[in-house]
Amino acid sequence: MMASSHVNGPVRAVHSPAGWGLGLGRLFARYPAISRILSLGLFFLVWEIAGRVPISYAFPTFLETFYAFATMIADGSLISAYGSTLQPLIIGIAISGTVGVVLGTVMGLSRMAEWLVAPLFIVLQSAPMAALIPLITFVYGIGLAAKTLAVIMLALPVIVLNGYKAVRNANPSLVAMCYSFQGTRLQQITKVIIPDASPVIFAGLRLGLAAGFIGVILAELLITPTGIGDLITYHRSVANYAEMYAAVVSIILVSTVTLAALEAFEIRVLRPEKRRG
Amino acid sequence: MSIPAAVAHVEQSATTDAVVEVRGICKKYGEVEALRNIDLDFPRGKLTTLLGPSGCGKTTLLKIIAGLIEPTSGEVRVSGRPVSGPGPERAFVFQDFALMPWATVMRNVAFGLELKGMGKAERQAIASKYIAEVGLSGFEDKYPHELSGGMRQRVGLARAFAVNAEVLLLDEPFSAVDEQNRRKFQEDLLRLVEKERKTFIFVTHSIEEAVYVSDRIVLLSRRPGRVSQIIEPKIDRTASPDAIRRDQGYLDTVEEIWQGLKHYVD
Amino acid sequence: MTIYGYRVPMMASLIVWCLIWELVGQSGVMFLIPPLSSILASAVTMVQTQTWQAAALITLHSFVIGMALAILVGVTLGVLMGRFKAVDDLFGIWVNIFVSAPLSALVPVLMILFGMGETTVIVTVFLFAVWIIVLDTRAGIRHVPTSLIEMGRSYGASPFALYSKIVLLAALPEILAGIRLGLVRGVKGVVIGQLLVSIIGYGELFELYSRSFDMENFWALTIILFAAAMLMSAAIEHIEKKVEYYAGVR
Repeated sequence: MMASSHVNGPVRAVHSPAGWGLGLGRLFARYPAISRILSLGLFFLVWEIAGRVPISYAFPTFLETFYAFATMIADGSLISAYGSTLQPLIIGIAISGTVGVVLGTVMGLSRMAEWLVAPLFIVLQSAPMAALIPLITFVYGIGLAAKTLAVIMLALPVIVLNGYKAVRNANPSLVAMCYSFQGTRLQQITKVIIPDASPVIFAGLRLGLAAGFIGVILAELLITPTGIGDLITYHRSVANYAEMYAAVVSIILVSTVTLAALEAFEIRVLRPEKRRG
Repeated sequence: MSIPAAVAHVEQSATTDAVVEVRGICKKYGEVEALRNIDLDFPRGKLTTLLGPSGCGKTTLLKIIAGLIEPTSGEVRVSGRPVSGPGPERAFVFQDFALMPWATVMRNVAFGLELKGMGKAERQAIASKYIAEVGLSGFEDKYPHELSGGMRQRVGLARAFAVNAEVLLLDEPFSAVDEQNRRKFQEDLLRLVEKERKTFIFVTHSIEEAVYVSDRIVLLSRRPGRVSQIIEPKIDRTASPDAIRRDQGYLDTVEEIWQGLKHYVD
Repeated sequence: MTIYGYRVPMMASLIVWCLIWELVGQSGVMFLIPPLSSILASAVTMVQTQTWQAAALITLHSFVIGMALAILVGVTLGVLMGRFKAVDDLFGIWVNIFVSAPLSALVPVLMILFGMGETTVIVTVFLFAVWIIVLDTRAGIRHVPTSLIEMGRSYGASPFALYSKIVLLAALPEILAGIRLGLVRGVKGVVIGQLLVSIIGYGELFELYSRSFDMENFWALTIILFAAAMLMSAAIEHIEKKVEYYAGVR
């Protein structure tokens, strides 16, 4: 993830190692329409051929999958599944967003909070939190709360760490500028540090959402048979492979479109210096 | 003066009306001694340049005067009052501009006034005046990334002017500006010095720039930084910029400073 | 963080958290959280059992194979995308989609394609890790300064020498960063894969202990896993710091 985990030593600058974080948002600008269509078309063609060969009894063709997708939308099963998947996702992200940004900001501003809390989240960020999902059931059963908690567990660390690093590494020259014009500490925080940190904080929310998608799907596959995860499991158990694939592709599609939209928003609104034209 | 070094051209007299007085400033970073026992007076209404090889602590000295850095020992007085941090009588222009990328030119220029709690209409009126003064009228609603390096530093300068401080501290303001814009900017700066009647303290590592813009030049020696020479270029400022650059006094002063600094260059 | 002038290392605060854990565990308010000391005791016993060793070996095996494939494919594809626009146009969109897609949804598909066994886990590790390696490598190659390549050409470097002696080395900091992020994701992949397949390696043990409410062993497993993930990430970071010096001066 963008917030690289560092184990010891001083905090290094927030670095998106490759600026890859900007990949999705510019997806539609960077790659020209022709190559985009070609790339998508080629992929579907290979899929269709592989399905017709077929490479496996459990590998439907692209057209079968697409047909299944249309049917599932028509009969409403996909829509209601999304209702039950997106609800915990949104609640979970709202909670981890609020808690994470506040906690991250406090950690970035206070050395004491940094010392106490940062290592914990560095561990949680690079550790496979998914291992803990089976535990959730014992306390929260298999309802909405369990799924929400799975989202929070996966999303919170990256949100906290991004907020923390953004605030901690706020442009020291701007902070000095504010100080030299006799800005108070409060003015320094509200007028310089937080605005300067906001693009990275927002990027953290976006990465948190990506992790949240993984969490909610995992919870649905592992502990609570509802939503998209249940759709996948059910169609697999009755060997409706086309429907199963359609559900899988749809969730990848939904998450990609959501994340790309957020990234486009980020570039357009939060980073005037990166806006083009 | 505790500095035994050759003081050419001027005896620093106590009778000068000094706005900024630097007394016995020392600065150590751990074991490294950046500045040793600096005593300087900066006369009112003049542009004084701190010039020296890189690593001589000239920026450190400027930031100590600004109150951005604490000296290890010694004292800075502005209009007789000791400095313990930034104050309204001083304004700083940053080497890297320090403009807020999310704010327009207008908001950047008015930022010092905004921090003081001045109302929006009032501070924008003042900011507009200085935006015009530095030649950026029409760019009020642009963002810093839409401006060239030279224009960005004009914004930084306008911001410093807007708070109406007596003393302006400029930390290598032209180092990130390309050569052509730099010359133009230097000429504009001279015009503004003339017009605003403020005290300027200017840091640069360019000898030509220092000689061209300064009333007084303070040469600092290499680490630990000490005052090695004070020079007052005798140049006719009323001449045209091009004439000044070809003036014999200008060229001689540049040469003299270079001879003095040459042995610091490895 | 300093106390009375003495600098307390950052990671030391983890000891505070361990103490809190121990206290909460001792108080017995939550059966989910047994005292840390008893977890560590079961960890010591557990690592000596045949079951754990076999599970750890299988897990490590799938992880290593999956990662090796991911690094091989990731670096190769990344270099190609960095150098050839056609390759970049063709794969760019997919790499950018998969790097942030919820790949956990794909695991059930892998299970029916590759069976309920190690292959599925290997493919999961590969899919979790490969995309970020591609993107970072691509960026690293893109950031190699043109002047460095022109220098190589002007001194008559063959294309092979140009890549092996200049381009790949110049891009090394980014490639290593990609591999480290890939490893972190790979660990998540191996855990998610095994949890979903749930009949091999660590996944089987997790399933076993959580079903039987054996919290000491469950947490022992988790802590060993977390520690392994952290150690690995720290090791790569150490190597990264060794090449970081030239990332700045190139």
